[in-house]
Amino acid sequence: MLAPFVWMLSASLKLDRDVFAFPIEWIPSEPRWRNYIDIWTKIPLGLFVYNTAKLTIIVTVLQLLTSSFAAYAFAKLRFPYRNTLFLAYIATIAMPWQVYMVPQFLLMRELGLSNTHLALICLQAFTAFGVFLMRQFYMSIPNELCEAARIDGMSEYGIWWRIMLPLSMPALSTLTIFTFVTTWNDFLGPLIYLTKTELKTIQIGIRMFITQYSQEYGLIMAASVVALVPVLLVFLALQRFFVEGIASTGVKG
Amino acid sequence: MKARPRAPVSKRWRKVQRLLIAYSFIAPNFIGFAVFTLLPIVCAFLLAFMHWDGNNPIEFAGLDNFWKLFSDRAFKDAFWNTIIYTGFTVPLTLACSLGLAVLLNQKIFGRNFFRTVAFFPYVASLVAVAVVWNMIFNPEFGPVNMILYELGIDPKNLPGWAADSDWAMVTIIMFSVWKMMGYFMVIYLAGLQGISGELYEAAEIDGANAWQKFWRITLPQLGPTTFFVSVMLTIQSFKVFDQIYMITQGGPGTSTLVLVYHIYNEAFISWDLGYSSMVALVLFLLVLTITIVQFRWVEGKDGDTA
Repeated sequence: MLAPFVWMLSASLKLDRDVFAFPIEWIPSEPRWRNYIDIWTKIPLGLFVYNTAKLTIIVTVLQLLTSSFAAYAFAKLRFPYRNTLFLAYIATIAMPWQVYMVPQFLLMRELGLSNTHLALICLQAFTAFGVFLMRQFYMSIPNELCEAARIDGMSEYGIWWRIMLPLSMPALSTLTIFTFVTTWNDFLGPLIYLTKTELKTIQIGIRMFITQYSQEYGLIMAASVVALVPVLLVFLALQRFFVEGIASTGVKG
Repeated sequence: MKARPRAPVSKRWRKVQRLLIAYSFIAPNFIGFAVFTLLPIVCAFLLAFMHWDGNNPIEFAGLDNFWKLFSDRAFKDAFWNTIIYTGFTVPLTLACSLGLAVLLNQKIFGRNFFRTVAFFPYVASLVAVAVVWNMIFNPEFGPVNMILYELGIDPKNLPGWAADSDWAMVTIIMFSVWKMMGYFMVIYLAGLQGISGELYEAAEIDGANAWQKFWRITLPQLGPTTFFVSVMLTIQSFKVFDQIYMITQGGPGTSTLVLVYHIYNEAFISWDLGYSSMVALVLFLLVLTITIVQFRWVEGKDGDTA
């Protein structure tokens, strides 16, 4: 299961003609570190990494803020149409994005957002899944805690900020890693929305790299390794929450 | 400052205030969600009954797009390929993830390391791993065919993998199973931890062997998990796109063309937006069917589970 990754790492340190040498030389005798220098100049990889990081961070922050904010109202406040509104969220969780990606694209185009990062932010930052996940977690926090704070004169915003958010770190971590991984790895979204090179994300960038330098295997592998590292780091740091999150909520991909 | 009993007018004002506060919590997310998700969903249904190329005026098409489904060879292929892909990917992923979970639930050396390793393909960027997969399964120089050759398989009989219409779908399915099984392994691990140890102890006293324990205790106890996992996997398989775009582009011929790929082609290559929405509607109906089956099943089970 790990073999493809090891092969990838090993190939990223080889000359193109050695990549397919058989039997496989797992540890290159003369590791070619130059591949990792060359990839940054062959295509604007730095820019792609920057674009992806920018999108991922903005989407994740927006997602965490707005989802936990809305989830607080759904879990702890009473107001008319609460269940109807929540049902609207639930109903769309099972709806594949691919079903409405075309009208969404047309809408963004009408709004003048095609070929902007804002389009991708808008389409990824407000998910039903985020609201659902946070609400489920808030339901498990006793109401008495909020009541006590209200009697002490704390505003609803204060309760959300000072009580709910600090208590919901596990849920926030789960949502962070899910959003981070999904946005970082997203392919179809950027493929549809971003045609200008200077806006592209790393996934689309690697795809471009492959088409332009299809024979330079060592370089392609090095670029792929670069695309994997940030996700690997975030995953290893927050792994415990990720695994708990999947185990407890199931969660769709 | 003590609160005093207030006049009815101010009571009503407080009620309005409470309402405004509640809606202010919902608004930031809901407005984005309504504009960028709910509205496009509604439009998707309307668009399926329209003719539109995205530039010229939109026209009402009635059922034209629906009838076109039946005369469209590519749609037929995409539909059946999606079903075939799902039919193989779901059971294979189930079996592999369950096997892994049972294995990594034992107290073996370094199991946390192996769990992380098994999970990693799932978080790894699909584009990056698809590139590796393509190279490993390269029919001419890839290590997989090299090994098969060393094992004595006639070069003429070596599979062409992604380049061969008989093997392209097999390549995609293997890739998907490898990519997804770690994720479902985690769900199975959670399920396994929920099985009471007493059941196994009782079985041991009765002299059951490992195989019997697996068939008679583990598997039945994991029934709800398996059902849940297979529903999720089925829905996910209906939506397959990225690996196909990266590895085979739907080909050779139409051997790996699937529904989402057809939607993508019709919309963004042919700019037949109405028809692509009609194909999307078919995808929606497939997912809806699975979801309804799931709900029925959960309702039926409501009596004995929480």
